[in-house]
Amino acid sequence: MSAPTHAKGLRITLRVWRQSGPSASGAFETHALESVSPDMSFLEMLDVLNESLVGTGKSPISFDHDCREGICGACSLVIDGHAHGPDAETTTCQLHMRHYRDGATITVEPFRANAFPVVRDLVVDRSAFDRIIAAGGFISVNTGSAPEANSLPVGKPLADEAMDNAACIGCGACVAACPNASAMLFVAAKISHLKLLPQGAPERESRALAMVEAMDKEGFGNCTNHYECGAACPKGIPVSSIARMNREFLRASLKSSPPRGAAPEGA
Amino acid sequence: MSDTTSKSGGSRLDSKVPSGPMAERWTRHKFDLKLINPANRRKFHLIVVGTGLAGSSAAASLAEMGYRVTVLCIQDSPRRAHSIAAQGGINAAKNYPNDGDSVHRLFYDTVKGGDFRARESNVHRLAEVSTRIIDQCVAQGVPFAREYGGLLANRSFGGAQVSRTFYARGQTGQQLLLGAYSALERQVGAGRVKLLARREMLDLVLVDGIARGIVARNLVTGEYERHAGDAVLMCTGGYGNVFYLSTNAKACNVTATWRAHKRGAFFANPCFTQIHPTCIPVSGDHQSKLTLMSESLRNDGRVWVPERSGDKRAPNEIPENERDYYLERLYPSFGNLVPRDVASRSAKEQCDLKKGVGESGMAVYLDFRDAIARDSEDAIRARYGNLFQMYERITGEDPYRVPMRIYPAVHYTMGGLWVDYNLESTLPGLFVLGEANFSDHGANRLGASALMQGLADGYFVIPATIASHLAGRKLAPVTTDHAAFAEAESSARERIARILSVQGKRSADSIHRELGLTMWNQCGMARDKAGLGQALEKIRALREEFWENVRVPGDSKNFNQTLEHAGRVADFLEFAELLALDAREREESCGGHFRTEHQTPDGEARRDDEHFSHASAWEFKGVGEAPALHKEPLNFEIVHPSTRSYK
Repeated sequence: MSAPTHAKGLRITLRVWRQSGPSASGAFETHALESVSPDMSFLEMLDVLNESLVGTGKSPISFDHDCREGICGACSLVIDGHAHGPDAETTTCQLHMRHYRDGATITVEPFRANAFPVVRDLVVDRSAFDRIIAAGGFISVNTGSAPEANSLPVGKPLADEAMDNAACIGCGACVAACPNASAMLFVAAKISHLKLLPQGAPERESRALAMVEAMDKEGFGNCTNHYECGAACPKGIPVSSIARMNREFLRASLKSSPPRGAAPEGA
Repeated sequence: MSDTTSKSGGSRLDSKVPSGPMAERWTRHKFDLKLINPANRRKFHLIVVGTGLAGSSAAASLAEMGYRVTVLCIQDSPRRAHSIAAQGGINAAKNYPNDGDSVHRLFYDTVKGGDFRARESNVHRLAEVSTRIIDQCVAQGVPFAREYGGLLANRSFGGAQVSRTFYARGQTGQQLLLGAYSALERQVGAGRVKLLARREMLDLVLVDGIARGIVARNLVTGEYERHAGDAVLMCTGGYGNVFYLSTNAKACNVTATWRAHKRGAFFANPCFTQIHPTCIPVSGDHQSKLTLMSESLRNDGRVWVPERSGDKRAPNEIPENERDYYLERLYPSFGNLVPRDVASRSAKEQCDLKKGVGESGMAVYLDFRDAIARDSEDAIRARYGNLFQMYERITGEDPYRVPMRIYPAVHYTMGGLWVDYNLESTLPGLFVLGEANFSDHGANRLGASALMQGLADGYFVIPATIASHLAGRKLAPVTTDHAAFAEAESSARERIARILSVQGKRSADSIHRELGLTMWNQCGMARDKAGLGQALEKIRALREEFWENVRVPGDSKNFNQTLEHAGRVADFLEFAELLALDAREREESCGGHFRTEHQTPDGEARRDDEHFSHASAWEFKGVGEAPALHKEPLNFEIVHPSTRSYK
């Protein structure tokens, strides 16, 4: 690899998936980038490319992004086959170009799953996740009816474990990484978060049943223990949560006719 | 500058603050407000724009009460609103640590922290409801940090001498938002809330002078939509991205509030912007946004610069006696925990003295060496692990070994649409919640108070005060066939068509960057009259440049992010002028607004209570036309204005 002669940046060849709409057929497009600063984030590299595309009147690459701090869950991308790129526990927006060598070729694709239809280019529709939460990913407590916060102590280890699961950012990397496009890590994280806390106990069964049913309805696949989800998860959600979800589901299924569906009536 | 200042503030600025003893006002006001019986609530349709803490909590709470609610958000999911990124915590006057906190003290600290430019009655209400927010969130399953005994943990934050901040690791905003989002989704599942994601509000629709709906654009299909209702709640956040580089998410914008302003809602105190002291410094021209490092780091990190100007040695090679821990030296009682405005300005002063560190010289150190020696690396990791990890990812440096480099960045905007005690704007039926309004933080917001205000407005204030409008006014049925909807839609369509028709040579992003640089240099941490005058000229020139030379590829009939951004930039270019005007008009220094002409001999802010103890509410008179200034006088009955001192 010869050193760049003029600028001190990296030369990068980018193969990017372009698709003009949900029903259009897509294809890879290749762009050569000169002098990419190693301090740039991956998305800033795409910004710079988009600016040059706009400058020449071409259509810029669409990609989802917002906070660029790794917490909103908007950014996605499969980079060289890895959801959110090669770095462990790192969202695409937090991936920096210093991890690439001069002359590298990088392939960028959208998160692919039947339940995540492509909107345009690298943008996909992840509203299936919202519908799963709407089915049962909550504790039914109307505003104003809460008891004093310290009236219900929660042991620190339990609270910490709940937090480990609550850290999910809903990005969908678990689905993109799974060969079955399963959403089980996402669903398990929410079921675990709420199951571990005593506040979540009253709706334990109905929640597990409703969320799993909603997940199946959206067309996500099932878990066959590849654990790719856990490897791809930018927040390190433990795959053992899936086992907990399965226990919760089994337990709820064995109980007789639990109340199903969403919120109980009335304020 | 317009001379049409209304002397009295006029009837258009009736704050509707209740009378009586401060601590009883909210209770009394709630009793005096009309009620709507549960069976009648379903007859009302409310439109909520935005799903951050304020929007999600309001929509969920109102739907629980029985109102029909439509919610729109700009992101692909309501869970991604920028409240999610708040790290440090949420204040509440629980006094669990038994260190002397109370509703009164939180009220007092917030009024003082805001440099006496907030409405006392609003702030008192905020402090009062703060405790119930924590109850509500815990019941929803928000996994706040806990002590080994199982009870909730607290930590201290800038501007306070008590520990009243509740937190969930460094992800408090995320956890609170996910709590509100889950409550919202529960109502979506129950069919009481209609949720529309990837929608951008483009105009407010007034019928007989009352806000009765909005025009929005579906960002995926490009279609325009009309939504009619009995009230509109704008929960659309702040305008920090007028500076281009800020800690705000990329989609944060002023469009919704600005369009409402153009329809007649007054905009208050736009010059009150907050610069957060602890952000990761800019690394180059490609920088797309800035990342905040939670203020909670100042509990254990010590801020310093080399004592000698231009000292380029690596930080660990600079001996103890050649370091200047300037915050501890200048402000011995608050030390590293001085409020944000003071910490930010001090960092700028050190860099102006050429003591700044790093390649650019625009940074100071935040050093954990002593805390690690005192408490162990593991203890520090438990407290701030995720923040340290984030820092290392972005900079490639290990903050356990090398001090962090930090520099201030725009973070929050205290100004916003003017609202009365009911959170209603000067347009009847338009309510404004959270960061989008101007109400509670005065000229400077204390750390961990934004989350508190967003949730206070949504969970506890609006559910009571919305009835003042719904039960208090005769609302004729309105449908989207009304001429006002057609007019608003065609004006929105026209503006987008105009942007697409320019076909010039510059990207909207490059114009936005140039605007941001002007705002940061001349309307940022230190402002003066001449600089603000230059900024005003530059803003007008950039606005012209935009409309003559912007280039937006593609069309408006599908998903076009460049077009979305260009529309927001066009609004920032109008709004920026108001911000700079307001900054020039306010001839004093207070909170986040520092006018170099108005400082004490030792460089502290000099407030002018005689002439500026008011909220400046601006009335739109046309793009490029001088807006009219209305003043809401601020009366301090309890916390008497004093020089804010953290020494």
